[in-house]
Amino acid sequence: MSNSFLIILGIIIPLFAALFSYVCRYNNNLRDSFGIIGGLITFVISLKIFHGIQNNEVYQITFFTLFDGVDFAFKVSALGSIFSLVASSLWILASIYTIGYMRGAGEKNQTRFVIFYSIAIHAALAIAWSGNLLVLFIFYEILTFSTFPLVGHKQNAESQSAGRLYLSILVGTSLIFFLPAIFWIWLKTGTLDFQDGGILMNKFPAEYLSFLIAMLVFGIGKAAIMPIHRWLPAAMVAPTPVSALLHAVAVVKAGVFSFLVVVVYIVGPDFLLQTKSSDWLVWLACFTIMASSIIAITKDDLKARLAYSTISQLSYIILGAALASSLALKGASFHIITHALGKITLFFCAGAIYVTAHIKKVSDLKGMGYKLPLIFFAYTLGALSIIGVPPFIGSWSKFYLIMGSIEREFIIVAIILGISSLLNIYYLLQPVVIGFTQNSKKEIKLIKAPLTVWPPLITGLGCFVFFFYANYFLNNISGVIVN
Amino acid sequence: MFDIFLDDAPALVVVLPLLISAIIAFMPSKIWPWIISIITLLLHLFLSLHLLKEISVSGLIIYEFGNWEPPWGISFKIDGVNIGLQLLFSIFVLVSTFYSRKIFLNEIDYRDSGKAYSLWLLAVGSLNGIILTNDIFNLFVFLEISALASISLIALGAGQNRKALLAAFNYLIIGAIGATFYVIGVGFAYAMTGTLNMNDLVIQLAQYSDGQLAIFAGMSFMLIGLMVKAAIFPVHIWLPPAYSYAPSAVSTLLAALATKTILYFFVRLLYEVFIIYPSYLRLFLDFVLYPLSLLAIFIGTVIAIYQDDIKKLLAFSSIAQIGYITLAFSLKDHSGVASGFVHIFNHALIKGGLFMAVGYFAILYKDRVTLNSLKGFGYKYPITSFALLICGLSLIGLPLTNGFISKLYLFQALYTNQMYLSIALVAVSSALAVVYFWKIVEQMWFSEIKFKSEKEDAYIYLPIWIVTISIIVFGIYSTPIIEFSNLSADYLISGYQN
Repeated sequence: MSNSFLIILGIIIPLFAALFSYVCRYNNNLRDSFGIIGGLITFVISLKIFHGIQNNEVYQITFFTLFDGVDFAFKVSALGSIFSLVASSLWILASIYTIGYMRGAGEKNQTRFVIFYSIAIHAALAIAWSGNLLVLFIFYEILTFSTFPLVGHKQNAESQSAGRLYLSILVGTSLIFFLPAIFWIWLKTGTLDFQDGGILMNKFPAEYLSFLIAMLVFGIGKAAIMPIHRWLPAAMVAPTPVSALLHAVAVVKAGVFSFLVVVVYIVGPDFLLQTKSSDWLVWLACFTIMASSIIAITKDDLKARLAYSTISQLSYIILGAALASSLALKGASFHIITHALGKITLFFCAGAIYVTAHIKKVSDLKGMGYKLPLIFFAYTLGALSIIGVPPFIGSWSKFYLIMGSIEREFIIVAIILGISSLLNIYYLLQPVVIGFTQNSKKEIKLIKAPLTVWPPLITGLGCFVFFFYANYFLNNISGVIVN
Repeated sequence: MFDIFLDDAPALVVVLPLLISAIIAFMPSKIWPWIISIITLLLHLFLSLHLLKEISVSGLIIYEFGNWEPPWGISFKIDGVNIGLQLLFSIFVLVSTFYSRKIFLNEIDYRDSGKAYSLWLLAVGSLNGIILTNDIFNLFVFLEISALASISLIALGAGQNRKALLAAFNYLIIGAIGATFYVIGVGFAYAMTGTLNMNDLVIQLAQYSDGQLAIFAGMSFMLIGLMVKAAIFPVHIWLPPAYSYAPSAVSTLLAALATKTILYFFVRLLYEVFIIYPSYLRLFLDFVLYPLSLLAIFIGTVIAIYQDDIKKLLAFSSIAQIGYITLAFSLKDHSGVASGFVHIFNHALIKGGLFMAVGYFAILYKDRVTLNSLKGFGYKYPITSFALLICGLSLIGLPLTNGFISKLYLFQALYTNQMYLSIALVAVSSALAVVYFWKIVEQMWFSEIKFKSEKEDAYIYLPIWIVTISIIVFGIYSTPIIEFSNLSADYLISGYQN
């Protein structure tokens, strides 16, 4: 198979999964199986591309020219190969989990759900492999629009207003800031292609670079930096498989991925380091990390707590990109993988608890640890990884980020990262503590939903196992950083 | 034998619809007027293509009526500026006529079919005259014919809703005021120069190069008159009721083409004739047209958000979109004028498609289409709804649609003129467009009511999809639109530099 064909196949398979799900909409088992099959195929393709990138192979395909200097083209970068690998591998598990959750919770409109789920994955993969900033923007919008029906899935007043907030913030920021920023880059450089080392050096006035960075970081609303973070907690009204795969992995990671791509392949870390135009962003990211951690502590709803934790963790990646030193970028890129693995575990567990015991609140978890030992075990693994305890994979990315901030002589940032870890311990492990120490007086009827238990166990164990294989990913990541 | 006709092609594109219009006026049949109109417009398209061929060879055609040499006789001028518009006009009129039959059958008495198509062709012929004429008084004649034809067509909507009569009357009065202003301006110009021919006017005006109050007054009268006709904010108030109470087919024709042809003449007058007073032109563009455009963009969009009636919503969105076009025209350079023309083309397609789809919904719903009435239409009529979705995304200006191309070139033009504040405003208003458009989408697909899909009429959704596909095609392959627009700008701006 030629390399360009591989890209087309990888991008189109989720669409076919959506199509087949629609065709087989009257046969529930068949309909839901396409997610798993599609996930498996795209995973194999992503893996092949991932290895190809390690061996310096080139994956690219150009379809047609949109306007001067901008083609509709895909080209896999090292960073993109990582993101696609994460999205496709977790899609398999999420598909299995979706079956268990949607049936266990008795949700309606399951066909529409699986269709838009697949389309969202399609958009995420296309973002990962996009060849220039405009193609990335196109699929960024498709991702927003395709996840809207998932957020508003319940079709009640609450989910409707959440859906509106979701859409208006994400589309609004992208049209007001992101697109004009893209035009600006195009007008200055005449191209939007991703190139190692960036395209702005010597072409873009250095004094306006901070302004451009601001337009980008606020325009890419999916990165959920404060004050553009409100959509993420709002989106939690969606069924948990959406929160798990999309709002812990595909959508938010598409956001931070877009920003990382801009820093690495458009602006160029060297240019950023020279001009120091992203130093202000370091502080904003730090603020977001701390503020959302503190808000997370106050949240009793488990999913809302995880949402604020996500906001905080996303800002780690923004922080790494803003520091722009090689170690920080390494940490930021790696954090895409580690956070995805850890957070999807936590969301899976939150959903599993909801399906089996109908509990949403942390304070209601009393004594549940003994009743749902496997789920709590998986949850603990995921939480430890996100906190950054060795030997869990999350410790690597935190390590690199702290090293990166010291490298740039931002000692306070390193301290803030440390404090944030302490806060993580508190709000992520509190549910576990409550679950095992306090006894509940209420009798709770448990429903069995094994398909929601196994996926978090797998990802949780993955957090542990991949700690020892971190180099496997880091090889590709070092390809990202050229300076 | 055929060649004799082809020589007169510039006149025929206007005269043919007018002639046929008189023939079919009293036809009692309900299908023949339509068939004859379609044949006429096919011929019309053929003639337009012939003109395109001629223009690509010679670059300029001056057609003298009755062989009276200008400046004494009336003349038509076809050059790079209007050939693109002529082609778009011809094609879109054909498509919307094809679309109109089933709509008219539902919305007006079938016995009125002959009258309706007679007025329809009258409007087509006179609007085409606006595109081609090279004579400022002749323009007034065409303005009046088109206004009377459109008013009568709008009034045909009275069978559905009596408010159509009021809307038509409003248009009549305000349109007449606009036309009066224009003709007063023409009177001034004629008194000072003794000529009505545009090319001659330029020459004659040159003798007053130090500036004469009468000239400036005349120019101002003409411009304001045209602004009323083109529905430029704040003299746009006739447009929303007129578009929304007219029969759906008529709204389609008017929204897509009527204001566009007048905008074309407006910019032609500015950059071809009034250019000899650069200080006056600059004053008008910078302190009148530019701020009004910004207001139109912003206010039009905001009012559209609060509309419940879909046709009204689209009409207010048109006010904002006309604002984009005039904003581009106020930039005084090649990129600005070109991007204005790009948006004239693109917006004609987008609004045409939207009005077509909503018009069909009005027929299906048998009442005015409000937000509430659209509930579940996405499932009930998927083919038309999907077309509406694409047209709407193009209205917002998302990539891969032609609306994006418009936005791209408008941004570029604003950027080269260093108008960063306008860029911000345009960006914000395009984001606000999401709000009013998404209200529609939400009702269509995400309301609690569900329907089984129903059969849709191919005679109606076919033309809708032709427009929709052209929206996508021009979003991906924008070269034809860009080239025609650049051509128009080349001709107009070369005059500016001289």
